[in-house]
Amino acid sequence: MELTTVWFIIIAFLWTSYFFLEGFDFGVGILLPALGRDDVERRVLINTIGPVWDGNEVWLLVAGGATFAAFPEWYATLFSGFYLPLLLILLALIVRGVAFEYRGKKDDARWRSRWDKAIFWGSLLPAFLWGVAFANIVRGVPLAADHEYAGTLLDLLNPYALLGGLTTTILFVLHGAVFLALKTSGDIRTQARRVATVAVVAAIAAGGSFLLITQLQHGKPVTWLTAGGAAAGLLVAAVANRRGREGWAFIGTGAAIVLAVATLFTALFPDVMPSTLGSGGLTTQNAASTGYTLKIMTWVAVVFTPIVLIYQGWTYWVFRKRIGTSSIPPAKKPEPVP
Amino acid sequence: MDSVDIARWQFGITTVYHFFFVPLTIGLSALVAGLETAWIRTGKTKYLRATKFWGKLFLINFAMGVVTGIVQEFQFGMNWSDYSRFVGDIFGAPLAIEGLLAFFVESTFLGLWIFGWDRLPKKLHNASIWLVHIGTLLSAYFILAANSWMQHPVGYRIDHETGRAVLTDFWAVLTNSTQLVSFPHTITAAFVTGGLFMAGVSAWHLARRKNVEVFRPSLKLALVVTAIASIGVAITGDVQGKVMTDQQPMKMAAAEALYETEQPASFSIFTIGTLNGDEEVFGIKVPRVLSFLATGSFDGEVKGINDVQAAEQARYGPGDYRPIIPVAYWNFRIMVGVGALTALVSLAGLWLLRRGRMPSSPWVYRIGVLSLSLPFIGNSAGWIFTEMGRQPWSVFGVLKTSASVSPGVTPTSMLISVISLTTLYGILMVIEAGLMIRYAKAGPPSEDEVLPPPADDDDSDSDSERSLAFAY
Repeated sequence: MELTTVWFIIIAFLWTSYFFLEGFDFGVGILLPALGRDDVERRVLINTIGPVWDGNEVWLLVAGGATFAAFPEWYATLFSGFYLPLLLILLALIVRGVAFEYRGKKDDARWRSRWDKAIFWGSLLPAFLWGVAFANIVRGVPLAADHEYAGTLLDLLNPYALLGGLTTTILFVLHGAVFLALKTSGDIRTQARRVATVAVVAAIAAGGSFLLITQLQHGKPVTWLTAGGAAAGLLVAAVANRRGREGWAFIGTGAAIVLAVATLFTALFPDVMPSTLGSGGLTTQNAASTGYTLKIMTWVAVVFTPIVLIYQGWTYWVFRKRIGTSSIPPAKKPEPVP
Repeated sequence: MDSVDIARWQFGITTVYHFFFVPLTIGLSALVAGLETAWIRTGKTKYLRATKFWGKLFLINFAMGVVTGIVQEFQFGMNWSDYSRFVGDIFGAPLAIEGLLAFFVESTFLGLWIFGWDRLPKKLHNASIWLVHIGTLLSAYFILAANSWMQHPVGYRIDHETGRAVLTDFWAVLTNSTQLVSFPHTITAAFVTGGLFMAGVSAWHLARRKNVEVFRPSLKLALVVTAIASIGVAITGDVQGKVMTDQQPMKMAAAEALYETEQPASFSIFTIGTLNGDEEVFGIKVPRVLSFLATGSFDGEVKGINDVQAAEQARYGPGDYRPIIPVAYWNFRIMVGVGALTALVSLAGLWLLRRGRMPSSPWVYRIGVLSLSLPFIGNSAGWIFTEMGRQPWSVFGVLKTSASVSPGVTPTSMLISVISLTTLYGILMVIEAGLMIRYAKAGPPSEDEVLPPPADDDDSDSDSERSLAFAY
C-alpha cells in the first residue's frame, strides 16, 4: 500500500477516535442542563468524564498535527478555508476546558451556573460544527488553483452540511446519554436511559437521511456496508437501551459513530479536499508530504499509537466504577482570608 | 493594518499568553512530583500537605496552558497557510510527534493523578505526576525543535518543482545546534519560573508565620532549584548568544543596537537612537564586553546593523533586513536583567535562610513575593526578542513573514479572530489570577484533612458507591 494511503487511513483513524471519545464528552456537556437538576447531579455528570475528557481531546490535537505533517496542503486549505467555524470551535473548546477545571473552585451558585452554561455551549457548538465541517469536506468546497478556499462563510452553511451538523449533534447526545447510563447509578441512570430512547429515534432519522444522501451523491459500493453498519449500530443501541443492556447500547452508538465517520472518509478517498470549481482540488497525492517524512511519521505512529491506546484504556479501567449522587464529596471552599 | 500585521499581532498575543502557563507547568510539575516523592519516602505529613497545596495551584495553571495550546496548533493553518504549505514537510512532524508522545502522556496521567488519590497505589500515583513532568519536557523538546528550525533551518532542501522546503534529514532537525542550546535555556528558565512561583507564595505565608512547617521546606526547595536553574539559564544563554551571533548576526546587532561594526565591541547598558532608528544618539557602554558575549573573546569583531544589512541585501536581494531595533534592544535588556535578578534573589534568599534562620524584616518577604513576577517578565521578553529579532523572516534566510500569511483569509476575519481571542484571554486572565490568589492565600489543607480515608474494603466491581477522593 502506498504511504499516502496509509496516512489517509491513519488520519481517518485519529478523527474517528476523536469523535468516538469526545463524542460522549460533548453529549454529557449538552445534557448537563437537562439531566442535572441540581448541583450535585450536575457534578455527577461532569465527574463521569472528569478524569478522561482532556485525554480524549488530545486526539483532536494529534489529528490536526498529523494532518499538518502528512498532508500539509490539506491542513493549510482546511484550516484557513473553514476559518470562522474553526475559530468558533476553538473559542468553545477553550471555555469548555476551563469550565471543567474552574467550576468547582468556588462555592457560589452564580459562578457555577455560568460555568455550566460554558460547558453546555462549549459542547454544543463543536458537536454541531464538526459535522458541518466534515460534510463540507466530503461535498467539496470552492478552491482556487492555489488550493486556497475561494468561497464565503455562507457556502459552508448549505443544507447538506447543516444536516451533517444536526447528525453529529444528535449522535453525540445519544452517545453521551448511553455513556451516562453506563457510568452512573440511581435516578440519573434512569433519566439518561429515557433520553437515549428518544435520541436514538432522532439519530436514526437525521443520521439515516444524512448517510443516505452521502451514499447516493458521494458513495462507493463499499460505503453501503459502512453506512448500513452505522444504521445497524443505532438499532442495536435502541434495542439494548430498551432492555437495560447499557454496555451493548454503548457499543452500538460507538459502532454507529465509527462507521459513520468511516463512511465519510471512504466516500472522500482518494480526495482529501475536493473542489466544486473543477480545479484546485486536493488528493492524497498532491496534498501529501514527501515519502521520507511519511516514512518517519509511519514509524512514530506505528510504535506509539498502540502504547497510547493501552494506557488510555487502562485509565478507563481505573475509573470503571459507576458514580452517583452519594459519591460526590461535599463542596469545599478555601477558608476566607482576612 | 493588513493581514500580515493582524496575523502577527494574534501570534504574538496568543503565544506570549500561552507561555505564561507553559513554563510554570514544566517547573511546578517537577516540584510537586518531588514533594510527593518526599512524602512517600519520609512519611511526613507536611510533604503531603505541601503536595496537595502546590498541586492545586498547579492545576489552576495547567488548565489554561491546555486550552490556549489548542489555538497554537490551529493558527498555523488558519492565519499562516502559505507558511504551512511551504514548511509542512518539515514543521508538521515535530508538532504531530509532540501530540502523540507528549500531550497524551500529560493529559492522561494528570487525569489519573487528580482523580486517582484513592484508586492507585502511592508509588504509581506519584509515578503519574512524574510522567506528566516528563511529558512537559518532551513537549518542550519537539516544539522547540520546530522553532529552532525557523531560527536556523537545517536538514532540508528546496524542491525546485514546487518551490517548497523538503525534509532531507530528520535527525539534523532534532539535533539542530540552535535546538541544543534553546532547549536547556528554556527548561532552566521554566525551573526558575516554577521555583520563584513557589518561593513567592511561600514568602507570603512565612511573612505571616502561617503553616511554617509546610512553607519553610517549600521555600528552601524552591530557592535551591531557582539558584541552580538561574545559573543554568545564564550559562545556556551565554552559549546561545554565541550561536546566535554566528547564525543570525542581525539579531545580535539589533540586541545591542550596534549600528557600526566594532572590534572590540562594547556592551551597551543604555542607548537612544534617532527616531528613524538607524543611528545612535547617546549611550552608556562597557568596553569589550559585547565582544566577549558574542564571540567568546574580548577582541572579537561584532558586525553592526548597517554592515549586516548590506551583506544580507547582497545575499538575498534588495529589501530591509532589520527587525524593529528598539523592540529587540529593550527586550534583550529586560531578559538579561531579569535573569540576573532571579539569580541574585535566590542566592540572597538561601543566605538569609542558612542554618534554620528566619529573617524578621518584612521587606525580605515583600521582595520574595514580588520576585514571583520576574520570570514571567523575563520569559516573555526572551520570546519577544528572539521572534521579533528574526524578522523580516519567518524561516530565517528562506521564507519571509510577509510571504507566510494566508492569502485567502480576509483581514476582517482575522480581526474578528484576534479581537475575540484577546477578549476571551483577557477575561480568563482575570478569572485565573483571582482563583490563583484565592487558593494561594488559603494555604495548605490541615493535617486532618489529608489523613488517608478508611481502608478500601470494597474492591469488587459492584456498583456500591463510596465518596470520591476528589471530584470536580
